[in-house]
Amino acid sequence: MSPVLFELLLRSIWETVLMTGASGLISLVFGLPLGLALVASDHGGIAESLWVNRSLGAIINGFRSVPFIILLVALIPVTRLIVGTSIGTWAAIVPLSIAATPYYARIAEVSLREVDHGLIEAARAMGGNRWTIVREVLVPEALPGIVAGFTVTLVTLVGASAMAGAIGAGGLGDLAIRYGYQRFETSVMVAVVVVLIVLVCGIQWIGDRLVARLDRRE
Amino acid sequence: MNQHVSAGLADPVHVQPTELEDVVRLVGLKRRFGATAALDGVSLTVKKGEILGIIGRSGAGKSTLIRCLNGLERPDSGEVFIEGREIGRLSERELQPLRRRIGMVFQHFNLLSAKTVEENVALPLKIEGRPRADRMARAAELLQLVGLSEKAKAYPASLSGGQKQRVGIARALAARPALLLSDEATSALDPETTRSILALLKDINSRLGLTILLITHEMEVIRSIADRVAVIDAGRIVEEGAVWQVFADPKSEITRSLLGGIRPQLPPGIASRLVAGEGVETILKVDVAGEAARGALLSDLAVTVPGPFRLVHGGIEHVQGQPVGTLFIAVLGVGAHLAQVTTFLRDRGARVEVLGHVAGPV
Repeated sequence: MSPVLFELLLRSIWETVLMTGASGLISLVFGLPLGLALVASDHGGIAESLWVNRSLGAIINGFRSVPFIILLVALIPVTRLIVGTSIGTWAAIVPLSIAATPYYARIAEVSLREVDHGLIEAARAMGGNRWTIVREVLVPEALPGIVAGFTVTLVTLVGASAMAGAIGAGGLGDLAIRYGYQRFETSVMVAVVVVLIVLVCGIQWIGDRLVARLDRRE
Repeated sequence: MNQHVSAGLADPVHVQPTELEDVVRLVGLKRRFGATAALDGVSLTVKKGEILGIIGRSGAGKSTLIRCLNGLERPDSGEVFIEGREIGRLSERELQPLRRRIGMVFQHFNLLSAKTVEENVALPLKIEGRPRADRMARAAELLQLVGLSEKAKAYPASLSGGQKQRVGIARALAARPALLLSDEATSALDPETTRSILALLKDINSRLGLTILLITHEMEVIRSIADRVAVIDAGRIVEEGAVWQVFADPKSEITRSLLGGIRPQLPPGIASRLVAGEGVETILKVDVAGEAARGALLSDLAVTVPGPFRLVHGGIEHVQGQPVGTLFIAVLGVGAHLAQVTTFLRDRGARVEVLGHVAGPV
């Protein structure tokens, strides 16, 4: 591999890490409250409102049913509005975040829903309000699942970011397509695949370690 | 009641002490779930410092009843007074400070797995907004009370069932409640652990003077710690009274059936040989309580009514310090002698029931 290609590889790694990290963080910040809203508004929830629940669910399902490559193109006006441009790594973060947020919201929802209803009742019996229940019961008790779900989301984002090459965002996927596939640079292809495997394994390993440390259940 | 109200209007300060006597007062509580009535007009009072046990089969309405007391469940009609204050029309937000006056212990403990034992105990105080140092000091004090000081930093997952319930009790006491609700607190525990948890509750009741309302389906729990018992069936209180009196003289069928497990029963080997008509021996069931159980009943019987009789089965136990017992006596003969025996026993305050006759010696 030439020094030029090697430098390109390093840059692509950084772009992938940046896209995955930034959109992952954004999906966590918006997806977790969205997951909480879904659980809280559902039947028997702490802020039951079936109207809100159904509407949120429909919006989330809508976003989740659009293939990412189409979302990427369809969101170009939104991206331009937020980032100022529709091409490049930062521009890719917008559609990646918008795709990952409803995805993560659903994962968080599952973990939050699994919290034993008896614990919520205990907090209510102690005189706790909704915010107490969220802060002291729902989130801490669901934390292992919330973290494990975040790990899954990050790994999915690593894969999705490969498509972001279509709007000139760069990244490892883009490098593999343009150099490894279209220019028959087998060494680049192999290097990209190895880096991706290491990246995904690394994310999963850190996630698993964190979950093991957080999980105090039997 | 009338007098109470008029006195209250004339001199509100004067009635206060009598109202405070009743920590809980329920009036005509009703609650339906679809077609079934979980509560069908329940009226009940819990006096300051007493342990009231509510017993019933599963589905009798116990859980709904206890959950009405802290507003986790709203009755369809009727009134719930907690320390003289009606809570039925309070909003969720208004109920929150009131719930801090009421501790609750759960069958499945409901401890937070992500918090240490001391954090669990301190949680009600955190909800109250007390400073951390205060909370931890109180948690340490309570863990000492329940005998779990060395587990303060442990997580609930590492505790046994009995230890978890001790933490549950410590947590329920954290905010110094006026009332402790126990929702089948020992139903998930083995008999030995059950005894130690009940002893702890009794100890808390007598040391802190804490009023306790517990629900259970086990008469053993009632016998161990309750002062008064109320029997609930199909959403109604069918019987209520001092535990020893209800044990001695159960009025309703459901109470007798709930008592069946822990009161002496005629051994099946004899019961299967009972016939209604002729026989050599007559089997009597003699229920005694209070004075009748304290005296020399059987030796007096032998002296007063000559003729053979045998004690087949039975015994006397002490409930709340009162002797309560059931004796199964086989009396030779069926005629005048039998009549003399039953008359003597009834005169001495025993309840006598002729169960039947057996052909030969049992």
